[in-house]
Amino acid sequence: MFKKLAIGAAFALALTPAASYAAGGGEQHIEDFHFSFEGPFGTWDKHQLQRGLQIYTEVCAACHGLQYVPLRDLEALGYSEEEVIAYAASNFEVFDPELDDFRPAIPTDHFPANNGVGAPDLSLMAKARAGFHGPYGLGINQLFKGMGGAEYIASLLDGYTGEEKEEAGTVLYENKAFPGGWISMAPPLSEDQVEFADGHPATVEAMSEDIAAFLMWTAEPKMMERKYSGFVGVLFLSVLSVLLYLVNKRLWAGVKGKKTV
Amino acid sequence: MSGIPHDHYEPKTNGEKWLNSRLPIVGLIYDTIMIPTPKNLNWWWIWGIVLAFCLALQIVTGIVLVMHYTPHVDLAFASIEHIMRNVNGGYMLRYLHMNGASLFFVAVYIHIFRGLFYGSYKAPREITWIIGMLIYLMMMGTAFMGYVLPWGQMSFWGATVITGLFGAIPFVGDAIQTWLLGGPAVDNATLNRFFSLHYLLPFVIAALVVVHIWAFHTTGNNNPTGVEVRRGSKAEAEKDTLPFWPYFVIKDLFALAVILVVFWAVVGFMPNYLGHPDNYIEANPLVTPAHIVPEWYFLPFYAILRAFTGEVWVVQFASFITGGIIDAKFFGVLAMFGAILAMALAPWLDTSTVRSGKYRPMFKWWFYLLIIDFFALMWLGAMPAEEPYATFSLIASAYWFAYFFVILPILGVIEKPDAQPETIEEDFNAHYGKADADATPAE
Repeated sequence: MFKKLAIGAAFALALTPAASYAAGGGEQHIEDFHFSFEGPFGTWDKHQLQRGLQIYTEVCAACHGLQYVPLRDLEALGYSEEEVIAYAASNFEVFDPELDDFRPAIPTDHFPANNGVGAPDLSLMAKARAGFHGPYGLGINQLFKGMGGAEYIASLLDGYTGEEKEEAGTVLYENKAFPGGWISMAPPLSEDQVEFADGHPATVEAMSEDIAAFLMWTAEPKMMERKYSGFVGVLFLSVLSVLLYLVNKRLWAGVKGKKTV
Repeated sequence: MSGIPHDHYEPKTNGEKWLNSRLPIVGLIYDTIMIPTPKNLNWWWIWGIVLAFCLALQIVTGIVLVMHYTPHVDLAFASIEHIMRNVNGGYMLRYLHMNGASLFFVAVYIHIFRGLFYGSYKAPREITWIIGMLIYLMMMGTAFMGYVLPWGQMSFWGATVITGLFGAIPFVGDAIQTWLLGGPAVDNATLNRFFSLHYLLPFVIAALVVVHIWAFHTTGNNNPTGVEVRRGSKAEAEKDTLPFWPYFVIKDLFALAVILVVFWAVVGFMPNYLGHPDNYIEANPLVTPAHIVPEWYFLPFYAILRAFTGEVWVVQFASFITGGIIDAKFFGVLAMFGAILAMALAPWLDTSTVRSGKYRPMFKWWFYLLIIDFFALMWLGAMPAEEPYATFSLIASAYWFAYFFVILPILGVIEKPDAQPETIEEDFNAHYGKADADATPAE
C-alpha cells in the first residue's frame, strides 16, 4: 500500500516543477548565500535586520520607497515602541490630508513611497525576483535552493564590475547579476559608507547581505509565524495520519484476510 | 438511490416518522453515506474526497479573504499586502488559498487520468464523465479569474493574453473580447467582473459536484477491474461491496491526511514555489514582462495553443480551405479547446468493450505514453516559443489528439484483451481473501 501511496505522492510532486520557470536573463550570476532565515527552521538574525534598516535609511531611501511596510512593524526587529516613534519622526515626513501639509511620520504611517527618480519600490523586491531557475525549466534548483530573491539582491549589490558605458544619454553600469548585464543604478554601496553601532564591518559584501536580509523581512514580515504554522500543521497532520492509518487497518482487518494467490 | 440493492433507512420513532413523511432528508443522507461501494477500490480512488476537501477549503478561505480584499485597480494590490501584513492569520489564509488551487488541480488531473485508465467514462457513466469535464472547465475559469485578482504583473498580462484568445474568433471576436473585458483593454471593469464571477463560479461547481455524485451513485462506482457489481439480490451485491461509511470514509480520510501533510509543508515552508515572482510587482499596462507564463496547471493546454503556428501545414491547409477565416491564432484556440473536448468525447471514441486498462495489454502502453505526453506538454508550455521547443510542442500536441481520435477507436478493434475476473469478489479475494473466502464484514 505504501508503495502505491509513494507513487501517488511522487506523481503529485512531479506535477509541480514546470511552474517555476521564470524570466531567465542568460548570463546572470547569482551566488547562493546562506541566510539565517532559510530552511524550515531558519530564523531572522535581528542584528542583521537592524543593520539592513540602517543601510536602507542612510543609502537606499534616497531613491527607493517601502510603501507597503508600516513603520510600526519595526518593533519586530527588536526595537522598543519609543525607538520606533523616534526613528519614524526623525527620518521621514509624510503628507497629512487633514493638515494639508507634511508632518513628521508616526508609527502608524507607512514608509513613504519614493517615485522621485523612477526607482522601483523595494517592499516586495525579495519576492518579486527569482535568483534561481531551471535547470531546463524544471524548477528543481528552486526546490533545493529556494526562490533566491534575497540572493538576487545581495548578488546584484555586490555584482558591479566597475565597467561603465553611455547609451542614449544614460550611464549604464555593468553588473554580473542583472539580466542583460547592464543596469542604470550606479553602484550604491562603498566600503565603510555606513558606521554600525555594533561595530560590524561595513564591507560592500557584508552590507549587500544585510540589506538583502532586511528586504526579505519587508517582503515577508510574517515568515517566522508562517513557518511555525507550517511546522505545527505538519506535526498535527502527521499524528492524525498515523492514527487514521491504524483505524483504517483495524477496520479493514475484518474484511481482508491473507492472500490466497 | 436506485442501483445496487442495499438496506434503506427506516424511521423508527414517532419523531423520525413525522420528519420522514414531510422531508425524507435523513433517508437521503443515509442512502448517500451508506452507498454500496466496490470493495476492491485501490488508492487511485481517494482523489474524489481530496477534491471535495479542496472545494470546501477554497470556498471557506475565499470567503474570509473577500472580507479584506478591495476589487479596484488602484487598491487591489495594496489590499493583498494588507491581508499579508495586518489581517490576523491573513498570510496563512492567502497562502492556503493560493496553494489550495494547485492542490485542487493536482487532484483533478490524477482523478481524470484515473478515469481514463480504468475506463470510468464508459457506459453507463458517460453523464458522470461529462459533468466532471464541465466541473474541470469551470475550475479553469475560476482559477484564471482568481489569479487576476491580486493585480500583479502576471495577473494583468495573463488576463490580456487569455481574453485575447476570444478576440481571435472570426468576425465577432473583437466584439466578444470587448464585451468580456467591459472595455477596450483589461481595466477596472475587467477586475470587477472577474471578482464577481470568481465568487460565483465555485457555487456553480458545488452544484455540479452534487450532480456528479448523484450520477455515479445511480450507476455505482467503477472499480479497478471494471467489472460491474452483481445486482441480482442484496446478498449477492454484498459480496462485491462494502458500505461507504465507515470503510471508505476512513480510508479516504487517511489518504487525505497524508496528502495534507505535504500540502501544509508547501504552504508553510515554500508557499511561493508554484507562483511567479512577477506577480509581486503591481500591474503596469506600460511594461510587458519578458515571459508571460500561466500557472502550472494551464501549461499543457497553453503548449497546445502555441504549438499551431502559421508554419504548420495543417494550419495553412485550414486557412486555405476556409479562405483565411481560420488563421493561425484562431486555429490555436480551437486546438486548445479541442484538446479538452477530446477528453470529454472519450466515452464515444473508445470502441473497446473492456472497461479497465488493466486487462488491455496494448492500451496500457499508449496510456502511459499519454501521461508522459501530458508532462512533456506542461514542460513545453513553460519554455519560450522558439526551437527546438516549437517542434516538440507540435509532436506532443499531435500525440494528444492522436490518442483520442485515432488510437482509442482503433485499439478497441485490434486489441485482444486479457482475461478479466468474473466478479469483484473474486478479484478482492485474490488480493486479500480469507482462507474460507467468506468476506462478510465483521462486526
